[in-house]
Amino acid sequence: MKFSEAWLREWVSPALETQALADAITMAGLEVDAVEPVAAVFHGVVVATVTAKSSHPDADKLNVCQVDDGSGAPVQVVCGAPNVDVGQRVPFARVGAVLPDDFKIKRAKLRGVESCGMICSASELGLEEGRSEGIYVLPSDAPTGQDFRAWLGLDDHTIEVDLTPNRGDCLSLRGIAREVGSVTGAKVSEPTVSTVVARNNAQFPVSVRDGEGCPRYLGRVIRDVDVTAKTPLWMRERLRRSGIRSIDPAVDVTNYVMLELGQPMHAFDLDSLEGGIEVRRAVAGERLTLLDGQEVALDDATLVIADRNGPLAIAGVMGGESTGVTPRTRHLFLEAAFFSPLAVAGKARDFGLHTDASHRFERGVDPDITRTAMERATELMCAIVGGAPGPITEVRNPATLPHRGSVELRRDRLTSCLGVRLADEEIQRIFRSLGMTSSVSGQTWHVQVPGWRFDVSIEEDLIEELARIHGYNRLPATQPEARLELAADDEATQPLRRLRRHMVSRGYQEAVTYSFVSPELQSLIVPGGVSPVLANPISSDMSVMRHSLLPGLIKALTHNLNRQQQRVRLFETGLVFQGPLEDLTQTPMFGGLICGPRSAEGWSVSREGVDFFDLKGDLESLMTMSGCLEEWRFVSASHPALHPGRSARLERNGVPVGWLGALHPHIRSQLDIKPDVYVFEVEQAALTRGVIPKFKPLSRHPEVRRDLAFLVEESVGVTPLVEAIRAQAGEWLTRWQLFDVYQGAGVEEGTKSIALGLTWQHPSRTLNDEEINQLIADVVQAAQARFGARLRS
Amino acid sequence: MDHLPALVNEARAAIAAAEDAQSLDQVRVRFLGKKGEITALLKGLGRLSAEERPAAGERINEAKQALQKELDHRKQVIDELALQAQLEAERIDVTLPGRGEANGGLHPVTRTLERIESLFQHIGFEVAVGPEIEDDFHNFEALNIPAHHPARGMADTFYFDATRLLRTHTSPVQVRTMQSQEPPIRIVCPGRVYRSDSDLTHTPMFHQVEGLLVDEGVSFADLKGTIADFLHAFFERDDLEVRFRPSYFPFTEPSAEVDIQCVMCRGEGCRVCSQSGWLEVMGCGMVHPAVFRHSGVDPERYTGFAFGMGVERLAMLRYGVNDLRLFFDNDLRFLSQFN
Repeated sequence: MKFSEAWLREWVSPALETQALADAITMAGLEVDAVEPVAAVFHGVVVATVTAKSSHPDADKLNVCQVDDGSGAPVQVVCGAPNVDVGQRVPFARVGAVLPDDFKIKRAKLRGVESCGMICSASELGLEEGRSEGIYVLPSDAPTGQDFRAWLGLDDHTIEVDLTPNRGDCLSLRGIAREVGSVTGAKVSEPTVSTVVARNNAQFPVSVRDGEGCPRYLGRVIRDVDVTAKTPLWMRERLRRSGIRSIDPAVDVTNYVMLELGQPMHAFDLDSLEGGIEVRRAVAGERLTLLDGQEVALDDATLVIADRNGPLAIAGVMGGESTGVTPRTRHLFLEAAFFSPLAVAGKARDFGLHTDASHRFERGVDPDITRTAMERATELMCAIVGGAPGPITEVRNPATLPHRGSVELRRDRLTSCLGVRLADEEIQRIFRSLGMTSSVSGQTWHVQVPGWRFDVSIEEDLIEELARIHGYNRLPATQPEARLELAADDEATQPLRRLRRHMVSRGYQEAVTYSFVSPELQSLIVPGGVSPVLANPISSDMSVMRHSLLPGLIKALTHNLNRQQQRVRLFETGLVFQGPLEDLTQTPMFGGLICGPRSAEGWSVSREGVDFFDLKGDLESLMTMSGCLEEWRFVSASHPALHPGRSARLERNGVPVGWLGALHPHIRSQLDIKPDVYVFEVEQAALTRGVIPKFKPLSRHPEVRRDLAFLVEESVGVTPLVEAIRAQAGEWLTRWQLFDVYQGAGVEEGTKSIALGLTWQHPSRTLNDEEINQLIADVVQAAQARFGARLRS
Repeated sequence: MDHLPALVNEARAAIAAAEDAQSLDQVRVRFLGKKGEITALLKGLGRLSAEERPAAGERINEAKQALQKELDHRKQVIDELALQAQLEAERIDVTLPGRGEANGGLHPVTRTLERIESLFQHIGFEVAVGPEIEDDFHNFEALNIPAHHPARGMADTFYFDATRLLRTHTSPVQVRTMQSQEPPIRIVCPGRVYRSDSDLTHTPMFHQVEGLLVDEGVSFADLKGTIADFLHAFFERDDLEVRFRPSYFPFTEPSAEVDIQCVMCRGEGCRVCSQSGWLEVMGCGMVHPAVFRHSGVDPERYTGFAFGMGVERLAMLRYGVNDLRLFFDNDLRFLSQFN
């Protein structure tokens, strides 16, 4: 909602400077977005009369004019505008004037002819965007010699208010003025609207067939109008300052009344209507060409204004092309109606429209202002286009008009909600200033809410009104009280925060990537993975929900590789979305990737690239935080996005919970990633679930360590071998170390040597050699039996 | 015997001349060793008369002890010099950088989220989270935003079908918590939220922290106090001006927008605050009774307040970031500034 400050001040004029007035409006809850001067800075411009015009002797397109600027002597000025003519009143910049952008007017010679000033166009004075066609011709009653700025009241501001959707009542000067009066205490004076006496009996029949959608409809015929008359400058200026373009008197007047009183109206060309007005639901299949030229198909959910031949307008949204006012229009039919918000809500959007009318009807137009608006519009219209109005035709359905009951407000509820007791007198003053009538019984107010307040229906609404007008910032601020209750704390579970910090201390940067990704990238990394698809994505490369954290992380990787970053270590935590909507899981995951040199470039490090075991080490370290590395397995398995020989399925207690591996070279080449990339992704729950440590007594007896080297085929996994060995090594095995894995000279081709250190300790006595030798024999035998392992000599 | 003084002088000179442990030892052997020259004098005492012998013996022993003392002293000096030389040789450039993995860092959004969470956890709020693909009921209906409500236009929603959508705020978590838990409730709900808006100042995904306190006798004054305390703590400025401006949210009544004095220009007016001196940082209000009823809480017995803030916005103000989109590019040059 945009309006002129000067116009508002005709309604209510508190003793506040412009900015203070804007602040008061903002603090009432109507947020002022902008306060802008209605005209650019200029001075030295007066109203002048063109008294003579002759062609420039040396230039076809220039005229030499004489103007009377009120100074007594005629002034000669060369003017290039094609529309300049004798007798016109024009804005004239005298020598010495300064126009917008610091353009100084000086005495000049144009092709040898002296020119003492400039006749201005609207755009040269900053009154019109773009470049105006010719000079600004003023009405013939403009007073010659008067300062142009003062005459047009240009030391005014446009105030733009960004209204919340509950405040449809403030989409008018009347509404804004009421608010200003309420918060500042200044008196509000409504312009008097007199009843226009009918000058004939001309009426056009109206029938309302959807009383729910249209509880009130007023129509009026005005005969014998001249719509080619020009809208007066004062009205055009008010419209301009409210951000509305002047079209013709019929449109201008309806817009003016809408701005002034909040009632959207429509003017039909009476001759184009047949039979009578019908307000009804459209019939499926009916079509209508709107004022903007768009042809729309209607359905039975759309309320329309129709005549015998079919729909003429979408009620409360936009009129039709064929019944609009044209320069040839002879008689008008004016409409002022109350359409219920539900009948209009969403309709404009359905047709890709958003109009001033639909904006207001969706939010609620005062159902009691209809007749006033009709009288006001008739009065203004006849003053411009002439004509003879007939009587108002009204169809009213009291049963469906909004019914504002009385709302109760309990004193103790008000006080306990605000944390302060407001004085009775202030409460009554506020209610009165908002047009609410109240009566008291005991400790309860019964408040009658006015028709324009669609947003006030319960006690809390009244509390807000009182708090708002009293001033939020005058209310007290306290700290809430609560019992000091100890919260439960699950010691075994690791907070995600700790896991994140652990990754940070291992050199990873945390990434936050979009939850929606490109379907192409996703299907490359998770072929066949089903996840929900957005019906209205921002763009196609953000249209499918991520099935995995990897697409986003890989995108972040390529972003950095493309910016000369060679060493990238990223992790991310967040939900992944798997399955169709009907069977969807939203699982918190923990994922990461590494790429580039193992160490940051330095003076004492090798420049080797990362490998599988770098990432596995980081992951194991993360797993260790839960205290149960024992429960995890890295199982050799293949994943479509991973190198088949360098990928592992992660299992905790035998349940698959994630993946680790090298990004498949095929995917790297498709994404143009040169270096090796290692990635992991694992369910957060598996990482955070831990155990509480359990103490074992320390033994005071000596440890025995034996080192064993086994030869096995190279396909044998170390972990299964170690597990088999540990299973045979007895309960006194306290530690084991894998201290060498070797292939090469001295070891038969196709085999590898695995060297283990096993340490035993008995809790209550010293172990003897015989016992140890027996355990080793068992271990060796089991290793041989299950993996064909031979002890290396 | 008469050459003892000369011998002692000679030995002293030799001791002083010894430059290292080895040559010093040679001096010791030469004079005090088993076959040393002083030792030889002692052996020669037998040739003296019984009367002369004690005095001579005493003189030789004195000389021997004196020399031994000098030898020891010299040894100490030489060892010290050797140690000095060794330490000098072992000198390193302590200004070289240390070895090992440098730290990475948390994303500034996480850093900010954790800070907000902690501040509220310190006064007894718990952190609650919920799904991001939500249904119409929890995201809108339960929050007093029925279909066709003009407020639906306030948030441009990403839909999957007629009823399933990406949550536009974390308020559904509040609804879910109230449905499953008896008051008193004190929660903050951090997380990702989505709105189909993408330009210089909007990204289609961003983060919010919403808070909810439900108990008997909770007032608007409590809301004001809590929010003001939080903003003072978050920006670590007790003199930060905070103002509450009436506004509208379907799920709160009364509702307010919270402005702070611009932290960039201290209220003087700058580009960041559009010359107004104020920055809008939060929305808040008293929980609407309709929301309580949808969530199974008795609005006559309980009252509560709720608030919500954009995390990226607070992070931008706190750290001076001037481009929202940087948060989701994951450029290491950006991320590493928060390490």
